[in-house]
Amino acid sequence: MSTISTQINPRSDVFQANEASMLNEVGKLRELTAAIAQGGGAKARKRHESRGKLFVRDRIDHLIDEGSPFLEFSALAAHHVYESEIPAAGVVTGIGRVSGVECVIVANDATVKGGTYFPLTVKKHLRAQEVARKHRLPCLYLVDSGGAFLPRQDEVFPDRDHFGRIFYNQATMSAEGIPQIAVVMGSCTAGGAYVPAMADESIIVKEQGTIFLGGPPLVKAATGESISAEDLGGADVHARVSGVADYYAENDAHALQLARACVSRLNWQKRGKLAMQAPKPPKLDPTELYGIVGTDLKKPFDVREVIGRIVDDSDFDEFKRYYGETLVTGFAHIHGYPVGILANNGVLFSESAVKGAHFIELCAQRQIPLIFLQNITGFMVGSKYEHEGIAKHGAKLVTAVACAKVPKYTVLIGGSFGAGNYGMCGRAYDPNLLFMWPNARISVMGGEQAAGVLSQVKREQHEREGREWTPEEEEAFKKPTRDQYEHQGHPYYASARLWDDGVIDPLQTRDVLGLSLAAAMNADIEETRFGVFRM
Amino acid sequence: MSHSPPFFEKNEKAARTTPFDTLLVANRGEIACRVMRTARRMGLKTVAVYSDADASARHVREADEAVRLGPAAARESYLNIDAVIDAAKRTGSGAIHPGYGFLSENGGFVKALEEAGVTFVGPPASAIAAMGDKSAAKVRMANAGVPLVPGYHGDDQEDTLLRAEADKIGYPVMLKASAGGGGKGMRVVESTEAFQAALDGCRRESKAAFGDDRMLIEKYLVQPRHVEVQVFCDHDGNGVYLFERDCSIQRRHQKVIEEAPAPGMTAELRSAMGDAAVRAAQEIGYVGAGTVEFLLDGSPGRDGAFYFMEMNTRLQVEHPVTEMITGQDLVEWQLRVAMGEPLPCTQDELTITGHSFEARIYAEDPDQDFLPATGLLTRFALDLAGAGLSADQVRLDSGVESGDTVSMHYDPMLAKLIVHGPDRGAALATLNRALAALDVQGVVTNRAFLMRLATHPGFKNTGFKNIELDTRFIERNEATLFAPRTYSMEAYASAALIGLHQLAQECESDSPWDRHDGFRLNAPHTIRIALCDPWLSQGPAQAPDSDEAVVIVEGKRNAGESLWNLTINDETLTASLQPLTGDAVAVTLNGHRRRLQARRDGHVVIMADPSGETRLFWRRIDAINHGHHEAESTLTAPMHGTVVALLVAPAAAIEKGMPLMVMEAMKMEHTMMAPADGSVAAFHFQAGDTVSQGDVLLEFAPRE
Repeated sequence: MSTISTQINPRSDVFQANEASMLNEVGKLRELTAAIAQGGGAKARKRHESRGKLFVRDRIDHLIDEGSPFLEFSALAAHHVYESEIPAAGVVTGIGRVSGVECVIVANDATVKGGTYFPLTVKKHLRAQEVARKHRLPCLYLVDSGGAFLPRQDEVFPDRDHFGRIFYNQATMSAEGIPQIAVVMGSCTAGGAYVPAMADESIIVKEQGTIFLGGPPLVKAATGESISAEDLGGADVHARVSGVADYYAENDAHALQLARACVSRLNWQKRGKLAMQAPKPPKLDPTELYGIVGTDLKKPFDVREVIGRIVDDSDFDEFKRYYGETLVTGFAHIHGYPVGILANNGVLFSESAVKGAHFIELCAQRQIPLIFLQNITGFMVGSKYEHEGIAKHGAKLVTAVACAKVPKYTVLIGGSFGAGNYGMCGRAYDPNLLFMWPNARISVMGGEQAAGVLSQVKREQHEREGREWTPEEEEAFKKPTRDQYEHQGHPYYASARLWDDGVIDPLQTRDVLGLSLAAAMNADIEETRFGVFRM
Repeated sequence: MSHSPPFFEKNEKAARTTPFDTLLVANRGEIACRVMRTARRMGLKTVAVYSDADASARHVREADEAVRLGPAAARESYLNIDAVIDAAKRTGSGAIHPGYGFLSENGGFVKALEEAGVTFVGPPASAIAAMGDKSAAKVRMANAGVPLVPGYHGDDQEDTLLRAEADKIGYPVMLKASAGGGGKGMRVVESTEAFQAALDGCRRESKAAFGDDRMLIEKYLVQPRHVEVQVFCDHDGNGVYLFERDCSIQRRHQKVIEEAPAPGMTAELRSAMGDAAVRAAQEIGYVGAGTVEFLLDGSPGRDGAFYFMEMNTRLQVEHPVTEMITGQDLVEWQLRVAMGEPLPCTQDELTITGHSFEARIYAEDPDQDFLPATGLLTRFALDLAGAGLSADQVRLDSGVESGDTVSMHYDPMLAKLIVHGPDRGAALATLNRALAALDVQGVVTNRAFLMRLATHPGFKNTGFKNIELDTRFIERNEATLFAPRTYSMEAYASAALIGLHQLAQECESDSPWDRHDGFRLNAPHTIRIALCDPWLSQGPAQAPDSDEAVVIVEGKRNAGESLWNLTINDETLTASLQPLTGDAVAVTLNGHRRRLQARRDGHVVIMADPSGETRLFWRRIDAINHGHHEAESTLTAPMHGTVVALLVAPAAAIEKGMPLMVMEAMKMEHTMMAPADGSVAAFHFQAGDTVSQGDVLLEFAPRE
């Protein structure tokens, strides 16, 4: 038991300035999120609703237990990626509680390009399935999609992680005992027909849902048969004749009620077992996170001030506090769940890396979930550090992070650069979920460092050729690199490309992690076997 | 003024009374509790009696001793004279207080007690007999100079003769069971054509209730007020009156709210009525507490005309309002008189202080035609502190407590809420406050109806000349008293807030997924609540059948904030809720803060403030049933009861709304109506059969 004491002065100018800039970022994030939540816009939505269909987000509201949380993934997916905007990549995904069971929901938004699959739509759908598999969460597919976006067929159809993987996942998850339930609320054409067909149970909405391998135009072209979509593959066909659908719904709301009933019959039991404590809110005020962190990555802050505003009762038992001090490690609880936290407090040295590896071993052995709070410029460089073997010490940390089988959650609360990203459980290390704060930046190195490296190479080139390189020319050379890194390292850029599972308001971090940990309790926590640690 | 008879008669009193130290109360519910309260205070040992249904009832719990009488049915328990007398002997009870109802006006019982040597706290058998037969009573009253309503009280009960008499009196007339009381076997007949049907119905009810189907007929006053006078006589023949009570507010001849003194009463009229009442009592040699009921003609130009209706030879349900304005304990008076003591006061010593109301709390559903309700009373409490009231302003005479069960076997009255104030206006305000502070959960009560009544503008009107408080007040004001429930934005918003607040506190586990805070990422937390008229829902636990009648309230607020943005029917408002002490909460809507008492009974949010009660069925939106429902083709018993009559032949073509079957439950008749055009395919029960709640009574085949 050791409560984190705070050194923060909320009346200081620094705090106030930090708070203002972070609130500005949070405000922008909320605005963007609200705009994306409108889907394909008022006109498309009106047309959609005029057919008696519910808007995708209303469908989710009907599906989940009223008042319960909905943890949405990657709302910013495809933001500013394609020539026209595809809000949320045309598919809303997330974890919602349905009939008391946490489920992954994948819901097409037919108001966005008819719900067709762009490359990032596919990526987002597959990512949701991956989260479902990792957390052992039942999957609910609310299908209303025209299938693959044909102009980009080369980016959605042929590769391993393309459209076909959706059905591969359905089959293999079903094999693992993870329920797959499809609700057909619109078209399910061609490949899409396999979503309900591959599902354990499927529901279809009268006069709305259609399922067929080839739609009426294709049928007409291929066989000359003239038939309406409803007669070809409507609810009556599939619920009464073909048996492709199991439940017949009067309307969207009824279909979602049937889906809730399906989940209530799963006999679902959580498997994860952790020694819980009664959840307690942090003693320190979480709204102060804004003023502590700010948006200027160059300004350091003590990460314990952040931990103290995320964990239960602001209670944090620190491990190896006085050793390798640039990596803070310790035990705490979030919403009652025990966690091991690794958080950066400066650049990683050999000692910090070894300490981190040691701490991960402790947590893996005790089956305690891990939380990584990234604010890392990278590993220390220079002859002293290379000679003492910082590469092998860093490798120990990376090995530990990669092999640990406990649930891992990563939040980028500041910079995430270079190998620091790896050692702190970046996307490549399969954290169960990874989120970014709006002030965070992610790239192979900082824009300034990258520009410096490139200009150093350029300068050497100039010197070899005996040409002069003025400071003005150097600055002009550096700027595009800096701009590029700033642009590509921005959380919106990252989130648009599914490098994370979403950009989050720092104030919601505690709840996001609590919900994630609680969802992880659906699965067993596996035994960890570590690889060879280079000694 | 005094009504003392000659002095020499007093010497006989010793022979007529025997001292007692143990009192058996041959009743149940609130009156048994109330009688025992005074008896205890007077140092008497109290004995309760009970049926199997009441084995752990409040009156049994509060008594020093209790004796089982028999099974639940009243005729086998509380009406079982032998069992009651046996109980008195087993417990050494020297006296029996009969309460009201049951054996309280049963001459046979009083005779049996006289033979058994047990004191009856009440009048002699002869007085009961004199008043019990209403027709004979009227003759004696006429002889004593007590004014009577024109009518027929003869023994000849031939249908055609009765009808001829009714024609002679002139319609409208009132048909009444000679042996009746309490509103059973009574009907108003508007025309000669309707007479026979009314007579049949009255006779059926009377036969069932009293085992006697003789009828009397009276002129029906168009604007009658029911004003009754409390009288008291001792064994010495002294008589006083403790002023009047106005019991005009009635529903189907059942009193709902009573008050004392009567609004608009003058001193002259009061003494004229009081003297007439004492005269009536003394005419029949009355002893103890009695009530002489008068009809006071409220029609313009008829000020002050009053007619004797009947005398109730017992303590009345509504006696507390008299106690409140006189400061006397009528049960103590009864017991003292029964012990042979003289009346505690002379007429001159009795005065009226302030004004009092009594509201009867029934387990019944005003919105479902006052269908009696049964079930487990999960909570029954009066939150005086929360309402800012003191104990000397409010009295709750209750036969139940939290955790008690309301059964189908007896009268559905649970309690009486009695208030006192310096004048009628103040007392009425206190009544509304007290009604708001009453928390009844688990069983539907008429509280909301009482509040609508007590806040009705016509009810506040007290001028004698334009008095609206006659016995047809409820009938006449049905449109406003049973107004279709339209709710204000404030009501929806408040109910939604209370729902949201309670949802947030209901966490099934420590998992954050089980919280109901509507968490959304980077967006306001969002919760929607469905609200509707409670009676559109299919019973307290079920969601409404369709979403048409449902209003969806959407609440949004950002993480870490306390102010909600509510959207109701496309209107938005800011709202916050602050819990206060007890049930009280402060709801602030668009900056306007109101204090109210809020409770939840299952899925019904009950909000009450002195201006009335609002109930809204509150439901998580995910529980609304969107599926298709087959047309209902069966009719089920709404409650436990007995089938009285089958009204149509099987297979006969009938129209929607036609009566199909009559059943009786909780002493009231319920008629099953045809749900659609069609026919009855089969009746599953015959007249006389007992049915349980939910039993399918008949198979209905709608016309294709």
